[in-house]
Amino acid sequence: MRLLWLIPALPLASAMVLALFGSLLSRRAAATLGAGSVGLSALVTTLVALDFSGAPPAGHSYTQVLWTWIKVGGFEPQIGFYLDPLSLVMVLVVTWVGFLIHLYSAEFMAEDDSYHRFFAYMNLFVASMITLLLANDLLLLYLGWEGVGLCSFLLIGFWYRVPANGAAARKAFIVTRVGDTAMSLGLFLLFTQLGTLQIQDLMQRVAAQWSAGSTYAVIAALLLLGGAVGKSAQLPLQVWLPDAMAGPTPTSALIHAATMVTAGVYLIARTHVLFAVAPSAQLAVAAVGAATLLVAGFSALTQHDIKRVLAYSTVSQIGYMFLALGVGAWQAAIFHFMTHAFFKALLFLGAGVIIDALHDEHSIFRMGGLRSELPVTFWTLLIAGCSLAGLPFITAGFFSKDLIIWEASAAEQGRLVFWMAGMLGALLTALYTFRLIFRVFFGPLATPVTKRPGLLMTIPLLILAMLSVVGGYLKDPLLVFLRPALPSTIESASGGLTEAQSGTIAALAFLIGLSLAYLFHLRRRGLAEALVANPIGHTLDQWWFAGWGFDRIYDKAFVQPFIWIADVNKRDFVDSFYTGIAWLSEFVYRGLSETETGRVRWYTFGMAAGSALFIIVVLAR
Amino acid sequence: MAEVPLRDGLLLAGILFSLGLTGLLVRRNLIMVLMSLEVMLNAAGLAFIVAAARWHQADGQVMFLFILAMAAAEVAVGLALVRQIYERFRSLDVDALSAMKG
Repeated sequence: MRLLWLIPALPLASAMVLALFGSLLSRRAAATLGAGSVGLSALVTTLVALDFSGAPPAGHSYTQVLWTWIKVGGFEPQIGFYLDPLSLVMVLVVTWVGFLIHLYSAEFMAEDDSYHRFFAYMNLFVASMITLLLANDLLLLYLGWEGVGLCSFLLIGFWYRVPANGAAARKAFIVTRVGDTAMSLGLFLLFTQLGTLQIQDLMQRVAAQWSAGSTYAVIAALLLLGGAVGKSAQLPLQVWLPDAMAGPTPTSALIHAATMVTAGVYLIARTHVLFAVAPSAQLAVAAVGAATLLVAGFSALTQHDIKRVLAYSTVSQIGYMFLALGVGAWQAAIFHFMTHAFFKALLFLGAGVIIDALHDEHSIFRMGGLRSELPVTFWTLLIAGCSLAGLPFITAGFFSKDLIIWEASAAEQGRLVFWMAGMLGALLTALYTFRLIFRVFFGPLATPVTKRPGLLMTIPLLILAMLSVVGGYLKDPLLVFLRPALPSTIESASGGLTEAQSGTIAALAFLIGLSLAYLFHLRRRGLAEALVANPIGHTLDQWWFAGWGFDRIYDKAFVQPFIWIADVNKRDFVDSFYTGIAWLSEFVYRGLSETETGRVRWYTFGMAAGSALFIIVVLAR
Repeated sequence: MAEVPLRDGLLLAGILFSLGLTGLLVRRNLIMVLMSLEVMLNAAGLAFIVAAARWHQADGQVMFLFILAMAAAEVAVGLALVRQIYERFRSLDVDALSAMKG
């Protein structure tokens, strides 16, 4: 476990090398370094994990403090790593999925001009993400938090020559910054009230000093929720994620599906003690999750761009995780994070293969019949899709999502409305997933395939497909493993549905979604067009396609007024004070420089007159 | 030997100083400017001497020796500069040398 520090250090070192000397390296060396460092980091994580599970340290946690970061008065944040089952599971998933995606990118980005720049960003991202997960201190966590935000910005705008990509990158950065601001306010509040940011101490003090439902606890929890909502693209800050698809596909898979966007889930799980003493904030988490999963689910139904379908699906699935956190099903949320990382990364990588194969075609309506053209991609994507939609009893997604939906009603903080939202969401998930699969892989061949994936791209698909299935059977061991770090769900006394009943209904929802998708998108495609053609259908379609018009509202409410103010205030009125000072001193300078005539006799007279004046003043006193 | 009264001595020094200053201000020839400077220096020296005689202290005379030495050095440098200026501008008019204005 001593090697803990190596896990973030390896990708960080590689990122530095690639950033500084990348242009000197050959493409092969850049890829080896980029993927190799993450692979090594994954291996070290595995070693640490074996060590950890083989001989669990006292208290099921291991702290490694490297040095004290700052020392000002009572404020002494440390650069230290904290390993417990929660962070271990997250880091394992991040490093291994990250490694597979790096392997994939080595081939996917092969023809790109800025090959080493891509790997430098990706490695920096992995390093920041691991720092975020392992941080012992909320300030260090915040460093990782901003680091992943920066890398997200850099990678969305990776192809910066297209203005739209730059706009998407800025949007992602600014929207998440809204959440980050709330989070930093939350950190200030926690520090001023409790005097530390060291997570474990902080949680103890929260439990000891704040009574349940106290104002400070609720405010702090809501502010942290604000940060989580921004980073994890939940309502009302979900608008950035669909646009973030402007980045290269491996980026979407790694950052905007598997890892970074779940940072909010991790933050809430990490500070679960705080949320437990702030029941109203926790209810807000659940409500945000439930609302998001529905809003994003409906939007996913109407998208044309394959990556935007997946983006909305990601938003929706993270909504499930928030729902789980909100009802106190902490372990279920992490379980869903893990399965989601597998199948959603796979879906994005598969989408990358398809987009590549069809010469940058993004619209699913111009795809079709790829089943026989790209068989490996078809089968792996089918597995991932089934996992996402929750094909009963086989796939990982079914186990994790079903657990969340059941807990939404069975947990003490659960409510029937959450359960219903989750169930409707499950139906939507099946519908939009199979809409995608039927449109892309079935029917007549719409666009000819120009390129087929090589081995480096296929292997990650196969491994992730296997994990998307096997992941589900890890349910019980994982929940037991997480128990020391995250409390088990408190089941409500009144009973409600049993897990089996809820699971059966979820399976039914899956079947309904599947058959609806079959009907509208494979059997009788005319029906789907007729539905969109009628006035109500058309309005809904347009509304959902635009992501429920959030962009429009934000544009009108924030962006336009801001631009207007900026325009009105072009000559920054605060600045006029400073320019006034500058003008005054220049005026005085001009006046004084007039006296510099260059005439020596004039200067002499000045000196003599000055001395005379001085003597008179002295004598007159 | 009757002592020169302090008042008369200082008055003489003051008159000499004023003459030197007036010369400095009104003359345009560099040589004359330098000579006016010498007059002013000697006026200051005279004040020292008078004061030294009044209080029977040697300090004033020592200071006068310093002033003499300094004046000699100043004249050496000053005349060298005057020569350089004449070489360069073919003129010794102070007012003509006003290139260094703000």
